[in-house]
Amino acid sequence: MAESLNGAPVRSRCIGEMAVIYATDYLNKLSGERIERECRKQLEQGCRALVINFRDTELVNSIGVSILLGVIDAAETVGAQLVFSDVNRQTIALFEMLGLTRHVALAQDEQEALSTLTEFTTPQSAVVGH
Amino acid sequence: MQEKVQRLIHTFAALADLGQEIADPHDFQEMVRTSLHLLLGTLAIRRGAVAEFDKADQVLRFVAARGLGQESSPPDMTLDEEDVVGLLSLGLCGLAMDDETPAFAHFAARHQDFFKGARFELVVPLVVRNDLTGIVLLGGKASGEPFTKDDHEVVCSMARHIGVGIHTHRLLEELERRAEENRQLYDGLRGIYRDTVRAFAAAIDIKDKYTQGHSERVGKYSEIIAREMGWSDDEVEGIAIAGYLHDIGKLIVERDIINAPYKIDAKKSSELNRHPAAGYEILAPIRHPYADIPLMAKHHHERIDGRGYPDGLTGDQISIGTKIITLADSFDAMTTNRPYKTRRSLEEVVEDFRRNTGKQFDAQVVVAFCRALLREIKGETKNRLMTKLLGKDYIEPERIIPLIESLIVELEAGDSPQQQQVASAVSSES
Repeated sequence: MAESLNGAPVRSRCIGEMAVIYATDYLNKLSGERIERECRKQLEQGCRALVINFRDTELVNSIGVSILLGVIDAAETVGAQLVFSDVNRQTIALFEMLGLTRHVALAQDEQEALSTLTEFTTPQSAVVGH
Repeated sequence: MQEKVQRLIHTFAALADLGQEIADPHDFQEMVRTSLHLLLGTLAIRRGAVAEFDKADQVLRFVAARGLGQESSPPDMTLDEEDVVGLLSLGLCGLAMDDETPAFAHFAARHQDFFKGARFELVVPLVVRNDLTGIVLLGGKASGEPFTKDDHEVVCSMARHIGVGIHTHRLLEELERRAEENRQLYDGLRGIYRDTVRAFAAAIDIKDKYTQGHSERVGKYSEIIAREMGWSDDEVEGIAIAGYLHDIGKLIVERDIINAPYKIDAKKSSELNRHPAAGYEILAPIRHPYADIPLMAKHHHERIDGRGYPDGLTGDQISIGTKIITLADSFDAMTTNRPYKTRRSLEEVVEDFRRNTGKQFDAQVVVAFCRALLREIKGETKNRLMTKLLGKDYIEPERIIPLIESLIVELEAGDSPQQQQVASAVSSES
């Protein structure tokens, strides 16, 4: 069950050892910590690859960066792969400038991210969660 | 160039968000947590912590921490005098953990195990108005690059905001603590005031052996009426105090006159009638926490029809508070035994109300009193205060309920003969 975010759950889905988490604009507020917690939960449950989808995220502010650093930290601690997908050009420039891209791979879209990660993990059954 | 602009925009946006966060004094923990996010996210610093300095215990208590690989905050850091002096002398200046500045060396050496374990690289004391409010500890940047001079300035600038936020929070806490102290002090003083008033009421009533407890009962009836009329707690307390003190002027009247076991003559009556004005003289110099108490004492024998004393006021010239005291006073006079007459039955009292509403009593006040009495007789109130004051055998519900209900209907419709008489007198005068 994905964590609730002000009543609305953090959107996520699991594909075997992979999980996709949808960042949305919640990332840029303190409530975005729930996205980090959802990532940590997926990692604790055995996910070894995470995709954070920025499709609905127009921009990432400092709070968002800090939360993403927390996700990077959590992934690195358990040796999991982390890919950011659907990141717009402005945000890519920000991530590059701040050095986040040293720790995380970028993919054009979710499909590309999952394909990249499939090489790393062995997909099993697909579970969709909201 | 493009990157520099983007960095500036990112930093300014974070500063603006931080300013807003600090200016909006909501939940303190949340404010510090958000501030730490903003600071870390501005330069993509991977770990950090903010601690508040507790002056009394000489410890730094962590309010927020990120990236330390643990859910809970780090343990408190105990500071010694030299630590505090050193951090204060540094002011809001970010220092690397290996900085050899003498003022910092003592602090860094004492806590180096913790700093190394948590991989902190930078420390910023939070100093506001020469007061150590806390500390910010920061790890390395995600880029792996060292902190630049610009980074230091950004960190110190944001730390200043956080320091001010903690300082403001402390001031607010102190303000709340003092406000609470003042509230307790005020409550204590009010308690003393109330007790003093009760003591006065007892002193007044002791002088009149036939009407012992009269002032206290008038206070209680007044309270009941005011509450029924929807007055606030403070206003109700004020009217109760006025009830306790309304006869304070009797202290200057000869005991023989007050206690005369017969109807007194005109001269003695005139002497007795001085008590409302005397009460005003006694009460006026006192700064009461409630309004109009001296005036209520002065006017409690005034009548709506102008036939009262000492000033012969009419209608709206008499305050509603005074009208309440007047009714409560008369009710108690009618329902207690006096030296020259036994108390009246409740039916007779209700009939007196009916006869005198619009002349002596205000209709709105009579209705409120009747409603309160009716609710108590019908068992709709928790405390049966009036029953206690009147004695449980005094009220005969079957007989009295219809009379009270009928009086309420009559007064609310403005049908009482006296009300009509007064209304016609007023219209013929105008």
